[in-house]
Amino acid sequence: MVVTPAHLSRAAATLGNDEVRRIRNDFPILHQSVNGKPLIYLDSGATSQNPLSVLEAEQEFYEQRNSAVHRGAHHLAVEATEVFESARETVAAFIGAGWDELIWTSNATEGLNLLSYAFLNASLPGAAPEAARFALAPGDELVVTEMEHHANLIPWQQLAERTGATLKFIPVDDDGALDLEAAARIIGSRTRVLAFTHASNVLGTINPVDRLVALARAAGALVVLDACQSAPHLPLDVKALDVDFAVFSGHKMLAPTGIGGLYGRSELLNAMPPFLTGGSMITTVTMERAAFLPSPQRFEAGTQRISQAIALAAAANYLSETGLSRIHGWEAELGQRLVQGLESIPGIRVLGPAAGQDRIGLAAFDVAGVHAHDVGQFLDSRGIAVRVGHHCAQPLHRRLGLTASTRASTYLYNTTDDVDAFLNAVADVRAYFQA
Amino acid sequence: MSLDQLYQQIILEHAKARHGSGLAGAAVPDGASTGQSHQLNPVCGDEITVRVATAGGKVSELRWDGDGCSISMASASVLTELAEGLTAEEFRTIIDSFREVLRSRGKVAADPEILGDAAAFEGVARYAARVKCAMLSWVAAEDALGQALAR
Repeated sequence: MVVTPAHLSRAAATLGNDEVRRIRNDFPILHQSVNGKPLIYLDSGATSQNPLSVLEAEQEFYEQRNSAVHRGAHHLAVEATEVFESARETVAAFIGAGWDELIWTSNATEGLNLLSYAFLNASLPGAAPEAARFALAPGDELVVTEMEHHANLIPWQQLAERTGATLKFIPVDDDGALDLEAAARIIGSRTRVLAFTHASNVLGTINPVDRLVALARAAGALVVLDACQSAPHLPLDVKALDVDFAVFSGHKMLAPTGIGGLYGRSELLNAMPPFLTGGSMITTVTMERAAFLPSPQRFEAGTQRISQAIALAAAANYLSETGLSRIHGWEAELGQRLVQGLESIPGIRVLGPAAGQDRIGLAAFDVAGVHAHDVGQFLDSRGIAVRVGHHCAQPLHRRLGLTASTRASTYLYNTTDDVDAFLNAVADVRAYFQA
Repeated sequence: MSLDQLYQQIILEHAKARHGSGLAGAAVPDGASTGQSHQLNPVCGDEITVRVATAGGKVSELRWDGDGCSISMASASVLTELAEGLTAEEFRTIIDSFREVLRSRGKVAADPEILGDAAAFEGVARYAARVKCAMLSWVAAEDALGQALAR
């Protein structure tokens, strides 16, 4: 069911405060007080909030269609299967993929683990001949970057350890930008997989996908894109980016937790060994062996996250109808406002690109003499929700000489007033802690 | 509950003073047996290493190195001031009392007679996410004390 959001009365090039205030009416959770102050939610990079249309889509499924999909001949089972597969078409189209190229996962982390375990299965003795293109052995190399979220690092560490392959990384410079000259040296004929993030969850940079893909293509390596911080915030077209695989999490894009997606090129998915096996992913089963369905069911063993997939489709519709390029434009403005404001406060060091350079609508920073946990606690007392810690990127923080930072991340429901209230609060932090 | 009840002045002062900080290169007191424990809070990356020296059944010295938030640093500083000169039994009583208060979600009041300056951490108990910050050095000290006594 497609519901046109009430705020869509016009379509300016980007959102503006007036439109954002109308958007906020769709998000019940934002209208509350925290510690006696109106909630200012600046932690959407960790998890986003849900509009009514998403909550209603999930409730409607449970009230009217709940049933197991891809089995049973009864009315509810047929309807559930239809809305479930329709949700897949919607979300696949949202990222520019074909319907059979989108596999439901719990989240991006599971998508990346699915890939690493599928590659491991391809590397084991007895793997099917068509799986050879994924098989790894000593001498092969996997390449990631120094700015990866742990979810796009540890599965590859584990895969390297188990197959004897070598894990390499593209370093970042002092400003947090990828060293592309180093990338050109590191990615070579031994490289089998290049996995990197589209947009950094700490630095806010958007990585040059085209240049990295070109290096990988020249080396004959598979490309895995972590689209966690891009799919929710800017127009994403996996075909135009020419990546082989991409992952994203629903809860960062207005959907509930427990649902995400793995995109893979169709020919790759149908050659790749399954990760989880069991019901719903097979054709013929004997006591000795089983034959598997093609993608996407090949990778969807067991009863799926049906209501969550439907809710994710509702979220994708909400974002599409609002307009991803308009959302991106607005968040880029908020990102610049964040960085400009933070840079003008004494003792604040912004991580990543300086003001005036491209970044998505988030900013992580260090406050001289005040630990990030204390910064977060202080902001919470003003009703402001931010993320503190290493943001699941310990190696990047270590590279920048930190153990933790504070991060404010915006979304389509944040106004410039939110950013200004946040900046005013940050300006008071060092005095409070006598730093 | 206000922020000032969490960050009491005494906590902010100890976070700056950091009594007992400086383990690297610190000589072990003559005739003492020592234990050392490293504790990490994986949520925020805070870490601390505490060395406890005992002599004649008493805590003769406590030294630590750490990096973390004001709550964790102040807690280690207060701990150092309290610990030195106590018998092992007295030290354990204080650790148990501190733990009980911190894990009570604000239901158990701190007894200043037992806890001294550490009673100022009573407010932390209401902030579930910060309890581990306050406990980190105490857990390390308890472990280090056990090692020192076993030697």
